[in-house]
Amino acid sequence: MAVAENYIALAPAARPLVRIENILRSAACVILLVVLAVLIVMPLYALLSQSLEDADKRFIGLANFVRYANNPGLVQSVYNSLFVAVVVTAITVPLAFGYAYALTRSCIPAKAIFKGIALLPILAPSLLAAISLTYMFGNQGFMRGLLGGYPIHGPIGIIMAQVFHCFPFGVLILSTALGISDGRLYEVAETFSTPKWRVFWTITLPAARYGLISASFVIFTTAIVDFGIAKVIGGSFNVLAIEVYKQIIGQQNFQMGAVIGVLLLLPALLTFFIERYANKRQMSQLTARAVLFQPKPHRAFDAAMFVFVAVIALCILGINAVAIFASFFKLWPYDLSFSLDSYDFSTFDPGGWSSYWNSVIMASAAAVVGTILTFGGAYLVEKSPIPAVLRGMLHILAMIPIAVPGIVLGLGYVFFFNDPANPLGFFYYTMTILVMCSIAHYYTIPHLTALTALKQVDKEFEAVSQSLGVPFWVTLRRVTIPISVPVILDIGTYIFVNSMTTVAAVIFIYSPQNKVASVAVIAMEDTGDIGAACAMAMMILYTSIAVKLAQTVLSKLLLQRFQLWRRPNVA
Amino acid sequence: MINKTGRRFGGSILALGLVLLAQAAAAQTAPVTLIAYTSLQKEVLAPYEAAFRKVHPEIQIAWVRDAGGVIHSRLLAERANPRVDIIFGLPVTNIVGLYKEGLIEPYAPKGFEKLKPRFRDAREIPVWTGLEMYLNIICFNTIEAQKRNLPKPTRWADLANPIYRGQISMPSPAMSNTGYGYVHGWVQGMGESAAWEFLDKLHQNVAVYTSSSATPCKYASTGEYAIGLSTDLTGPMMKTRGAPIDLIVPADKTSWDIEAMALPKGSKHPEAAKLMLNWAVTPEASQTFNKYYGIVGIPGLNNGPPNSIPDGDAYAADYSVEWSIDNRDRLIAEWFRRYNAKSEPKGN
Repeated sequence: MAVAENYIALAPAARPLVRIENILRSAACVILLVVLAVLIVMPLYALLSQSLEDADKRFIGLANFVRYANNPGLVQSVYNSLFVAVVVTAITVPLAFGYAYALTRSCIPAKAIFKGIALLPILAPSLLAAISLTYMFGNQGFMRGLLGGYPIHGPIGIIMAQVFHCFPFGVLILSTALGISDGRLYEVAETFSTPKWRVFWTITLPAARYGLISASFVIFTTAIVDFGIAKVIGGSFNVLAIEVYKQIIGQQNFQMGAVIGVLLLLPALLTFFIERYANKRQMSQLTARAVLFQPKPHRAFDAAMFVFVAVIALCILGINAVAIFASFFKLWPYDLSFSLDSYDFSTFDPGGWSSYWNSVIMASAAAVVGTILTFGGAYLVEKSPIPAVLRGMLHILAMIPIAVPGIVLGLGYVFFFNDPANPLGFFYYTMTILVMCSIAHYYTIPHLTALTALKQVDKEFEAVSQSLGVPFWVTLRRVTIPISVPVILDIGTYIFVNSMTTVAAVIFIYSPQNKVASVAVIAMEDTGDIGAACAMAMMILYTSIAVKLAQTVLSKLLLQRFQLWRRPNVA
Repeated sequence: MINKTGRRFGGSILALGLVLLAQAAAAQTAPVTLIAYTSLQKEVLAPYEAAFRKVHPEIQIAWVRDAGGVIHSRLLAERANPRVDIIFGLPVTNIVGLYKEGLIEPYAPKGFEKLKPRFRDAREIPVWTGLEMYLNIICFNTIEAQKRNLPKPTRWADLANPIYRGQISMPSPAMSNTGYGYVHGWVQGMGESAAWEFLDKLHQNVAVYTSSSATPCKYASTGEYAIGLSTDLTGPMMKTRGAPIDLIVPADKTSWDIEAMALPKGSKHPEAAKLMLNWAVTPEASQTFNKYYGIVGIPGLNNGPPNSIPDGDAYAADYSVEWSIDNRDRLIAEWFRRYNAKSEPKGN
């Protein structure tokens, strides 16, 4: 940086441009903050402020919280949620790390296929895993013996389904973190014959630390706020997300629901500060002089990695396969003859296929707009000399959504956008509000992914361009975006597939004209058409897979164009 | 460079804005489309709409269908700016709750006096009018019962028998209206202290409390748990589909609820809504409803769907609906206190 400043000092002609650039970026930041305030903060405030009110909207301070603390059942659900989230994190992070490590640091075959398989769980509604696990380990399940008599409906089921559901998040974040690293460090280590474990401990782990912390945070909070899995397979095991549902849907007690909503924000706040701390100690992995690390074949190591990855991939495929079979059975478990009845949606839902197309439209719009917002936001946070206050605010706003249960966000949207005094009220009851809600709901992980990727691009690129008098948008267009093409596509795909599967956030705000497929899945599961629910969920899965494949192909093509430098001995 | 990039950015933002505006404009609905909120099963919506539009082709219906609790919460959340034109098919408990919040406009559909007494609100001007009635029943898996040597329950008290330990699933009163229906029905039928004693024993046998009233019967149908406390909305449907279940109404009668309709305050098309309310109390409407539900408002109709319970009215317990509504918070709080803290599925 010091060097760059000297250059700037030597090039006075660049100064006015720098000032304009800074103003532009700060302005962009303010605009984004306003957008996020409308998408996230104000709707949340509209609901969460009710935690301090009684049913007649009178301010009553913390009385609701006191009432909460005095209810043993509700307090128990706090412990249950923490327990589940800790166990899920402890299981998922090491598994995902191993998987991502194999994908990025070994020479196992069929990496693209394994990466695709790892992402399957987020391509279908989380409901699907819960249904499959019931078929496998329920009282009628063909693998129930493995549970040693413990019921699947309860903590075991929740944890299994959560690990399945959270695994892709871990792989996604960690393979980004492990994917870009400076090969020179490893070469040096090799020259000094440093033992492998030491290389791992002193080079690999510290480099991936930021990714590990992000992944743990994401998995922990996802496990705490998830509602769909706990609802289908949780039995009577109370977790916070279910308590929100009980209070709001079961008893129309918005105030108590808001209290729990506030509590659910706490772990996110905590992890936010931990993450900030880790952030300070993070160095860029990819300096301007870096040589990208390329794994070298190593038979024993590659074989071990292959077995590890294959076992996990088989588990994931197995769970999905069960759901596919389930959609073809006539009446499980008593009549296992083949039937296509489940795929005749019109007999189960008058909306038929229209809800499916609504989902596709909504998810596409959310993906495009959401990618621009999240990547732009991460760029401003990471790569721009904007005032620290703005940077901090932007980052914290981006971190909020992952801690917010969909129901809380969705209800917040109703209270905020359906308020007659709100000039933005015309959004209500339109497709646009579904898009807005989906972007808000899934904002955090794309933000983190973009941040992780951008962190690994050396700041010197910016500094040097600036010193050469190149405006930031040129650097952005010529360097930062091309380097980040794979991540940008990842983000778009992520938002698309999640918007396809989201339920809790949109269940309060869809209108008759724009009902979405995931809501149809829930409705069919609810009325006992499990086969049809599986079938519609499979349609969502197939669509997501198609998009994912398109992304992979596109990514490959663009990589070939933009990223020749990533491959050694070329160009 | 500035200009080019700037224009491109500006262009995309403008395009986005236009898309948003266009969608907002497209969402303005035609003047005679009624927005109907309902918790009826989705299969019935299209035929109901078709039957109604035979009489009133000028009125279209746009359905928002969800579980009763979701609809109830949504109506409360939207109260500042109501979107709903008519409530068509929501349990009476929910409608009365909404009425007490000031969200319902009382209205007497023309000719509603011809309906059975239970289908009519006793208030001077009815707040709700019934469409169909459902019973709380037991779904009993015969194959699993044989495997595990479980006797068929014939009275509610039988369910307290320790032989059923871990075999029963029922909807949670804290989450499901039907679940609460069981609890207040037992309290009104057995007396309060006897009912809680029974519930204590039942709790020992319950493997899982579910959030939806349909789930226990689904569990019974797949043998997940042999006995599911559910409703005669789900039961006949599962049995018709081939599930090996018996549908049992215990001899000491059972809880029930009416799915009703009402005119919400702030309806944008109150006249069209009233036409629909009037239509729904005609014998022709009841005949349509009867194709899907066993018990409907016009007396003497008994053409329910396959496996529905004939003359279901006879099994409906005599209790006070108003009492159940007035005591709801208290009973659920007590249930919560007793059973919610014990969260392990197998009980303690």
